[in-house]
Amino acid sequence: MKHLLSTADLAKDEAIELLDTAAQMAATQSREIKKLPTLRGRTVVNLFFEDSTRTRISFETAAKRLSADVINFSAKGSSVSKGESLKDTALTLHAMGADAVVVRHWASGAPYQLAHAGWLDAAVLNAGDGTHMHPTQALLDAYTIRRHLGGHGGGLRRGGDDGVGADLVGVKVAIVGDVLHSRVARANVWLLRTLGAEVTLVAPPTLLPIGVEAWPCRTSYDLDATLADWQPDAVMMLRVQRERMSGGAGAFFPSPLEYTRYFGLDARRLAVLPAHSIVMHPGPMNRGLEISAEAADSDRAVIVEQVANGVAVRMAALYLLLSGSTTPATEGTAL
Amino acid sequence: MTAGTGMPGTPDPRDVPEGTVVLGASDVARALTRIAHEIVERAKGAQDVVLLGIPTRGVTLAARLAQRLASIDPAFDPERDLGELDVTMYRDDLRRQPTRAVGVTRLPAAGIEGKTLVLVDDVLFSGRTIRAALDAIGDLGRPQAVRLACLVDRGHRELPIRPDFVGKNLPTAQSERVRVLLAEVDGTDAVVISGREPGAVVPGEGGER
Repeated sequence: MKHLLSTADLAKDEAIELLDTAAQMAATQSREIKKLPTLRGRTVVNLFFEDSTRTRISFETAAKRLSADVINFSAKGSSVSKGESLKDTALTLHAMGADAVVVRHWASGAPYQLAHAGWLDAAVLNAGDGTHMHPTQALLDAYTIRRHLGGHGGGLRRGGDDGVGADLVGVKVAIVGDVLHSRVARANVWLLRTLGAEVTLVAPPTLLPIGVEAWPCRTSYDLDATLADWQPDAVMMLRVQRERMSGGAGAFFPSPLEYTRYFGLDARRLAVLPAHSIVMHPGPMNRGLEISAEAADSDRAVIVEQVANGVAVRMAALYLLLSGSTTPATEGTAL
Repeated sequence: MTAGTGMPGTPDPRDVPEGTVVLGASDVARALTRIAHEIVERAKGAQDVVLLGIPTRGVTLAARLAQRLASIDPAFDPERDLGELDVTMYRDDLRRQPTRAVGVTRLPAAGIEGKTLVLVDDVLFSGRTIRAALDAIGDLGRPQAVRLACLVDRGHRELPIRPDFVGKNLPTAQSERVRVLLAEVDGTDAVVISGREPGAVVPGEGGER
């Protein structure tokens, strides 16, 4: 594996290796000295064309915990705001000797272009591109699900402590909300499918993309029925991405209150879920819109833990992309 | 850490494909018993001794040493004083090798602070694994002393590291490959050399095939 661009092209054994490596990385993060010398002397560039706090900080923390040098590059206040193209930015990074580029871009496919256009020879990690993919978020979600549901016996195969080595066969995950604009939903659908979990997308018809019937998952317009009849093991609430709704929220649903009534997770809906189920949210949350404060702060919510797991998963991704031999003979067999 | 190459020239008739057995099961057992006694003698008892095995064979060897230590000195508890130390993320050859999977590091609950820590590995070769292990220990705590036990010392050190407890000194050529087989992992106990140059003298008293 040279790049991490999409969860759709991750094989099952690659995904499980990533999650298992993340588990070992997480174990090192409870030590007094959290820093590992593994990527000493390597340079990781955080190339962010879109606002982000948690993903950038998470990648920065992960790279620093592995002793890599981190350069942060955000489009605002940089050469990009003066009109520099992606290609010229990439050539600049190449000239500076970046070993890995973590890229977030508003255009779907920008990380793919960066990885395959021949501008750079660095490993490219997609940190979210447009409405396409956000692989590390999906990996940290899968890691969190595996950690929590590893022992409940609801059909999940046990691998060992924290579910190391296990896949997600038999786990039911409901992904609720703004699927149309969500790269997190897309990344999760394919990764969870690869790992053997069943996924149901729950959203108003206006917030489901055209062609969703070709995705490897079920869809529903009715949250109450899905929670009551299907009894999901994990419920993933998506943020309503108002910044991507050009006409304001009104363009996709009549009113925020109506959205909350039909698709918001509150204490009443939480009570319908099985006792072992967990509540997830990729953040940042719109409290009161897609998730109520009671649901977000309940002991079923693993939202803060998702953030902590994000560092471990990103450490694993950086390790697996950067540590292997760079000779062409072994490239591609690295993961 | 053992780099094997193809056997040059005509095959040595002694060399069956699995190689030459230099230590048999009883030799391995005797060597481990002796090492256990040496550890207790050196530490003047076993109350502060902690064994850390280096994956993968080192972990198995450490577990066997722990049983022997417990039978010599009941102050040693194999449940409490045994751990494993994965050194992958401290290696200096990560960029030269295909990506390695990161293993488990499991320390005794009481930690390693102030203990006499004995690292256990199967084959001591360049010393680079031990260098990585010393760095890893430095990040985990400050033991009172760190000692090194290995079943086979095959020479060719690239760093100023030497073992405190050795099962068997085995002079080898750089091109040869030394493998420690253990019943728990491989189904049998043996130390095997393969890739030996034709006509080389086989050292040691181990049974040859």
